[in-house]
Amino acid sequence: MSKDVAVLGLGMHPWGKWGQSFVGYGVAAARDALRDAGLQWKDIQLVAGGDTIRNGYPGFVSGATFAQALGWSGAKVSSSYGACATGAQAIGVARAHILAGLCDVALVVGADAAPRGFFAPTGGRRPDDPDWLRFHLQGITNPTYFGLYARRRMDEYGATQEDFAAVKVKNARHGLHNPNARYRKEVTLDEVLGSALVADPLHLLDICATSDGAAALVLSSMDFARKHATNPVRIAAVSTVTPVYPNTIIEMPNLSTDSKAGATLPERGFKESIAHAAYEESGLGPEDMHLAEVYDLSTALELDWYEQIGLCPPGDAEKLLRDGQTMLGGRIPVNPSGGLSCFGEAVPAQAIAQVCELTWQLRGRAGARQVEGAKAGVTVNQGLFGHGSSVICKV
Amino acid sequence: MTDKTPLPAVEGLFTMDPLEPRLLGTQCRGCGTYFFPAERTFCRNPNCDEADLMEVPLSRIGTIWSYTSATYKPPPPFVAEEPFEPFAIAAVELEKEGITILGRVADGIGADALRAGMRMELVLRTLYEDDEHAYLTWSWKPVGETEGAP
Repeated sequence: MSKDVAVLGLGMHPWGKWGQSFVGYGVAAARDALRDAGLQWKDIQLVAGGDTIRNGYPGFVSGATFAQALGWSGAKVSSSYGACATGAQAIGVARAHILAGLCDVALVVGADAAPRGFFAPTGGRRPDDPDWLRFHLQGITNPTYFGLYARRRMDEYGATQEDFAAVKVKNARHGLHNPNARYRKEVTLDEVLGSALVADPLHLLDICATSDGAAALVLSSMDFARKHATNPVRIAAVSTVTPVYPNTIIEMPNLSTDSKAGATLPERGFKESIAHAAYEESGLGPEDMHLAEVYDLSTALELDWYEQIGLCPPGDAEKLLRDGQTMLGGRIPVNPSGGLSCFGEAVPAQAIAQVCELTWQLRGRAGARQVEGAKAGVTVNQGLFGHGSSVICKV
Repeated sequence: MTDKTPLPAVEGLFTMDPLEPRLLGTQCRGCGTYFFPAERTFCRNPNCDEADLMEVPLSRIGTIWSYTSATYKPPPPFVAEEPFEPFAIAAVELEKEGITILGRVADGIGADALRAGMRMELVLRTLYEDDEHAYLTWSWKPVGETEGAP
């Protein structure tokens, strides 16, 4: 049996700082997705929400919140949370319902209204919560982890701050052509290197901002799709893997790794396992991909992903970048959307937005950022506490 | 140095020995794996079915896996000193335990003074104070440096 589901429609609310409720952004994206699919809200049998933890109770029950805002229709409902992987988990829930025959057509929505500056834990004294502990006892923020990984790349592979800055320059150039991106402006190497140091060796312009934004998808069974679309983009795989013990690379928001003592190391590391699982499920490999949307929380993390999703062997990411292979027009453009670099992160919407970009690209409707002849693409992201996910789309 | 009564900022994570403090973890009696912060219910190694975890002090000395800095003031629940001084953070590997532990680097030692593989020892530093108490947390200090003790 085919494990494909169809992407019938997509919609996004532009990223930015708009000062409104996340619900409104989500509804705008959902209505765009329904219009794009040529369907009515009342046709939707399941609404799968991606939760936001920053917007109170309505954010924790996002599926019902969006259903109420769109007008109670009696649809089935689900709400998912997986930090940065939230949107992909919501896609996973919708896909599982469709493949199990529990529904034919589903709406996936994620939206956020983010605060300025560092993300921080919610209030109260919670010494059992690693996220609270790391802030309180050690002043460790999210960029701390990005800085640790970046310095490690410099020590292990000879990466330079100029390499990291070149990722930003590339993504800024890509994002110029994306109407939904928040930052649409060319950035020079000197501007990145001249911006304030935040977490050595990373500068302010190496690290993604936090944004408001929303993304939505209408997904359906292939049978349903045949009545509503010709040759729709398909989701061929959704991976939502957890690490295998012991996870020996420090993981946000933990203060420590698992212990290597008394345990056999797994065959592949956690972040290497994320896209690998999606490749296995889809029957496709990295050599079949025409583009990738990777979670560039920092510029250096984008380089890690090149290796972790199999675009090149460990240590070769800088060469791939320097040779222009990951630029539009190169062998395997990475983040043609502009990536988190140009969007800033709207947590529960971001993994859905990655799939929106694949869909536009595979439809051949990405305008000036179009990857010529794109037939398959991969997304990858990583959340807190051992959440990661990857989606593969094809036509 | 302060004459206020020292207290741990959070109970149960480290000993209060002013000269040779130790982080407190647990070790599984079945498979030998370690946990920090302490795991007290069941061993988290999926190949091990043990529920007997003993509290153990962890090695005081390890080597740097990677390091970075915090040049902007972290938000609460961090309690920042005023005026805020940027600080370095190190991920230190303990060889015997096979575990890497994060910690702020001792005061006055910036990221540019650190390098991968450098030997670091555990010390305590004052996180914040009230009228009577100094609340301490752990910190990493290059072995042989004399600065940075509370």
